[in-house]
Amino acid sequence: MTRLFAALAGSVLAGLAAMATAQAKDTITVGMVLEPPGLDPTAGAASAIREVTYANIYEGLTRIDAKGQVQAGLAESWSISKDGLTYTFKLIRGAKFHDDTPFACNIVKFSYERAMAPDSVNAQKQLFEPIARVECPDDGTAVVTLKRPTALFLFDMGWGDAVMVSPKSAATNASDPVGTGPFKFKQWVKGDRVEMVANPDYWGSRPKLSAVTFKFVSDPSAATAAVLAGDIDAFPLFPAPEALDQFKADARFAVHVGTTEGKTIVALNNTKKPFDDIRVRRALAYAIDRKALIEGAQSGFGAPIGSHYTPGDPGYIDLTGQYPYDPAKAKALLGEAGIKPGFTMTFQLPPPTYARRGGEVIAAMLDQVGIKAKLVPIEWGQWLDQVFKRTDFDATIISHTEARDLDIYARDKYYFNYNSPEYKALYKQFVEAVDPKVQSDLVGKLQQKLAEDEPNVFLFALAKVGVANAKIRGLWYNDPVPANDMTGVSWAE
Amino acid sequence: MRLRSRSLVVGAVISATMVSVAGVSLAWTPYPPTAIDIVHKLAAPSPTHPFGTDHLGRDVLSMIMAGASSSLSVALIAVVVGAGLGVPLGAFAAARGGWIDDLTMRGCDLAFAFPALLTAVMITALAGPGAGNAMLAIGIFNIPVFARITRSAARQVWGRDFVLAARTAGRGDIGITVVHVLPNIAPVLVVQITIQFALAIVADAGLSYVGLGTQPPFPSWGRMLNDAQTFIWRAPLLAVFPGVAITLAVLGLNLLGDGLQDVLDPRLRRGR
Repeated sequence: MTRLFAALAGSVLAGLAAMATAQAKDTITVGMVLEPPGLDPTAGAASAIREVTYANIYEGLTRIDAKGQVQAGLAESWSISKDGLTYTFKLIRGAKFHDDTPFACNIVKFSYERAMAPDSVNAQKQLFEPIARVECPDDGTAVVTLKRPTALFLFDMGWGDAVMVSPKSAATNASDPVGTGPFKFKQWVKGDRVEMVANPDYWGSRPKLSAVTFKFVSDPSAATAAVLAGDIDAFPLFPAPEALDQFKADARFAVHVGTTEGKTIVALNNTKKPFDDIRVRRALAYAIDRKALIEGAQSGFGAPIGSHYTPGDPGYIDLTGQYPYDPAKAKALLGEAGIKPGFTMTFQLPPPTYARRGGEVIAAMLDQVGIKAKLVPIEWGQWLDQVFKRTDFDATIISHTEARDLDIYARDKYYFNYNSPEYKALYKQFVEAVDPKVQSDLVGKLQQKLAEDEPNVFLFALAKVGVANAKIRGLWYNDPVPANDMTGVSWAE
Repeated sequence: MRLRSRSLVVGAVISATMVSVAGVSLAWTPYPPTAIDIVHKLAAPSPTHPFGTDHLGRDVLSMIMAGASSSLSVALIAVVVGAGLGVPLGAFAAARGGWIDDLTMRGCDLAFAFPALLTAVMITALAGPGAGNAMLAIGIFNIPVFARITRSAARQVWGRDFVLAARTAGRGDIGITVVHVLPNIAPVLVVQITIQFALAIVADAGLSYVGLGTQPPFPSWGRMLNDAQTFIWRAPLLAVFPGVAITLAVLGLNLLGDGLQDVLDPRLRRGR
């Protein structure tokens, strides 16, 4: 009897074990704080769009890898003419879109010309501005001619904003994205998740995962609970750094701390009084203790910055000493500018922890210099509309995740309304410079000019604090571009 | 006065303590409740910080004290709005009767059909988060509660002989309501006010927990609970203090309401 029972139990156990191996996990649920407003990376600035779609659904001619290096994408190779003006891309043969549109040179021409067009809604139009024309000698070759040598051109074409789109689906990509990538869009449950499944017709090596779900959880405690419960397998930009010790102590989870290109700033409306006064902006910079802010809002993860550039960027110079924490000086400057104690300014706070919690810390610091901060928490869609699009704000806290995006200060119209002819001239020199030495010299000058004018208060570079199931392999630990590239991700046995 | 009800005494003591804590916090707290001291964050309770400090180094005792004043003021205004509009509405319906009565009561039924807190969330989502809108949202939800209880209590009074006498003497609806009806239903209303007050505190805590009530940096119990959530493993006491504060406040007011009912309601009194 006992033996029979043991035998039974043994076979049941063996059966269970067999089931477990048969069902080795090949799907993943990835947590994100912000839900993208749409899924067309060529028509929106929100980095959440690229965090969902980049390398998964859409691909460009080149791609940026986890280390920030340029790799071949839909162009398997390329050659550059001696004068640096003509790029000849040899395209992948046999690639096609999820709707069966074949990928060929006409797609490259369409995608780039669409992004360059005067009515283009691409959030990074400046990337395409150097392009003079795109020509198709044959289906498998694309020749891009530039107006001037552009050092970062291959890197730029690897951005999520420069992906290939099919003319057939370009208009509907925001709700029904169609790309050439290894994953096909399945469905988007608004307010909850985006699902995608492996593309059986993918031209390259098939990903190991059969399905990927991006789940949107903005509340830090809900995010913690979801990861602990296993509802979310990986949370690459985890919003509750204070809960990390708990994950570190638990063998089921792995914690990774890396860097991002996220320049977290207090963006100020530079045309609105009194923020048009440089003394007021500098006073705000003196009034904020960046070290304490990082400690309070991010549990110590992050590096202070003094300009719109992160410590890992090429040509970075340390300008954090420009406005050391000095409340007395801040008060003096405010007094000079005629700001009376009790002056109230409004902060629009989008959902990420750095903004919501950072806002509370900054409010307390501003209180010390006699400024009353009114904190208004707003949803992400509202932020994009009210602050980013309509420029209807005093101040906001936001992280700019695009790599090396010094150009946003040179634009004629950008939401914080910085307008400096000197900066624009400097930036023009920078993009046209061919000599790397001159270029890096100019990158330094650009940073200095920004620190000098302090159009926004530069706070810190966002760390990439990620929590994931310890069995997951192949996640990115740094964010050279906003992305959750799932092509190399798999589960260990 | 003879001690009629133990719950009245306990409830009154807790409620009075809360009111005085809230009052004191307006003039004095051990530390400014919004002052951040990152170096001393998440400190355990000690003589310098009796309740410890939170994730930004703010003194939890000071925050609890300031939170009492914000909770109480939200609840107070909400109850004033609810009773201020609900009682006249109910009294009017009772005085007129007929289709006016029906219309008012069906209106109340309609309002009751919506879960109160959800609708409060909707109102604050539409009008924007903030203590003012929270007061309004909770207050609006108190209107039908007061209207209904006033109406049903008043109907009983309207059927009494002295009302008939007053009517024969030529008094109008308003006169009878003010002179005869309201004084007679006052005990019922007082009890209801304390109960609604307790519910309003819970509602305020709920709204500020989801970020729709009192806005930062000013502390509120609900938000303190929310903030404490992710720190539950590192500093569990952070969640305990605001939780206990909310519980005590609600318990105190409920006991007070119970006690008042015992003392004021003649039917219950006779039974002793």
